Amino acid sequence: MTTVVEVRDLRMRYGDTDVLTGVDFHVEAGEVVCLLGPNGAGKTTTIEILEGFRIRSAGEVGVLGHDPATAPEDWRARTGVVLQSWRDHPRWTPRRLLDHLGRFFEPYSEPGRPRPHDTALLLETVGLTEHADRKLVTLSGGQRRRLDVAAAIVGRPELLFLDEPTTGFDPQARREFHDLIQRLAAAEGTTILLTTHDLAEAEKLATRVLVLAGGQIAADDTVDGLARRVEGEATVRWRVGAERRTAAVTDATAFVRDLLDTHGDALADLEVRRASLEEAYLSLVRRHESGQQDAAARLFTEVAR
Amino acid sequence: MNAATHAWRLGLRRGWTEFVQSIRSPQDQGYYLFTAVLTVGYLWTQRDEVVDGTDLTAPTVLLPSILGALICFGMVIGPASSLAMEKEDGTLLRHKAVPHGVQGYFAGQLLFHVLGLLPQLLVVLVPSFLLFEGLMSEPTGWLTVTWVVLLGLVATLPLGLVLGGLVPSPQKLGTWGMLPILFLVGISGIFYPLEQLWGWVQVLAQAFPVYWVALGLRSAFLPDSAAALEVGESWRVLETVGVLGAWAVVGALVTPVVLRRMARRQTGSQVEAAREASMQWVR
Repeated sequence: MTTVVEVRDLRMRYGDTDVLTGVDFHVEAGEVVCLLGPNGAGKTTTIEILEGFRIRSAGEVGVLGHDPATAPEDWRARTGVVLQSWRDHPRWTPRRLLDHLGRFFEPYSEPGRPRPHDTALLLETVGLTEHADRKLVTLSGGQRRRLDVAAAIVGRPELLFLDEPTTGFDPQARREFHDLIQRLAAAEGTTILLTTHDLAEAEKLATRVLVLAGGQIAADDTVDGLARRVEGEATVRWRVGAERRTAAVTDATAFVRDLLDTHGDALADLEVRRASLEEAYLSLVRRHESGQQDAAARLFTEVAR
Repeated sequence: MNAATHAWRLGLRRGWTEFVQSIRSPQDQGYYLFTAVLTVGYLWTQRDEVVDGTDLTAPTVLLPSILGALICFGMVIGPASSLAMEKEDGTLLRHKAVPHGVQGYFAGQLLFHVLGLLPQLLVVLVPSFLLFEGLMSEPTGWLTVTWVVLLGLVATLPLGLVLGGLVPSPQKLGTWGMLPILFLVGISGIFYPLEQLWGWVQVLAQAFPVYWVALGLRSAFLPDSAAALEVGESWRVLETVGVLGAWAVVGALVTPVVLRRMARRQTGSQVEAAREASMQWVR
């Protein structure tokens, strides 16, 4: 396997605020890696540094063998960035825009990796054939986002970046988008790095999940691996009189025995639930948002073990 | 195939596409129509006036002056608003994500705004020549029109690009761009002779391109005798070439620096922040 992305001790500081305080990770060719974390954790900052759009404060970053901050234009031809388009090119049609952007890649065509993609085929792939000649301003949000993906892959990138690609999607659009990403990864062997705060999305797409919290990577594992780590954890809920209580415990059976011994008949509405990855993640987010970033990161590492 | 040259060619194609889309768009047609109606309407109200000390009608003297103002206004505000908008809406970012895309983008911008001058000139000139007589004293004046317009273009277009590169948001373009330009038009002897203004205002006006483009166009349209109305009773051709040329040289040096800085600073977060800002009118 070849390492496509290599990040060591990446730091980013805006003014007095440290957003990244030493991020380490790597991505191998063909992987679909999901960078997960609450809003403000630095996901976008990280991915923009890797895209070469933002200059880091410190640390080492290698993407496809180059430092993105100084990479030459032919490096750009090997990467794809799905931008959150908003209202650019309102008068252009999808066909015209993809054709225009694709031609920039013509000088970088290689044997075995012809660049760019054929426009008509690409429109077909993202399901925009019937809208190919409409003005962009008339496209729906979901259609525009699929065009964003098409624009990002028009140059047949080896590495594709997606920053919160499905924000604002309805469930059907989200499903279609996930299918598209999976097809891409399978058919072209494209390495994909995406950010999200949606755990279900990470679960569906990622071969590996990186959790970013407190400015560092709090967890780095496969989805299955993370799920396995929280097995044995449980949430116990009960009521004594009017007072409702919740506790997260490791040995639920022993805990419940104690509860019964202590409260006897006063104990009511007892409920024991095995903790899921989602709950562990949510508690991380809650603590993070209440300002206890470091504690949250520690907690998650503990819970995950 | 050289990738950079290739990108420039793609950019020029892009400029042409943008131009065709622009003249087909009701919004842009509306702008051209608006400037035409305003200009020709104003000339119409002045059709019976005669300029003091000459036998020239007011529209004859006003038309070249107003054309000069329109060219300068369009060449500054056009590119400035394009860049201000397109660094916010993601157009520039999209080009930043493709190899040599930024070069292509700026090549497209250049051609698009240069081409945009043609409809602007036509919508004013054609109805004016149909409605008024004696606007062009000598047919050779068209040659002068050509070089003055081209020189005015290279003097003012970089100003527009620099302004667009520096302005923090399209909403700020009113105070950063419109007001200064309208002020310059106001003091540049378009609607009343320069010499009626205070001395320092005259000096200020003559430091900027608007006055010189208007003067150059008057020299093209009007008979030589009309030079008597001007500062120094001369068309001051050498000074015109000198001032406009100086602006062009400064523009050629400064513009690439500003545009490179603008492109370097462009990020997805910036586009996202602008999107959120645009949804929040009052803050």
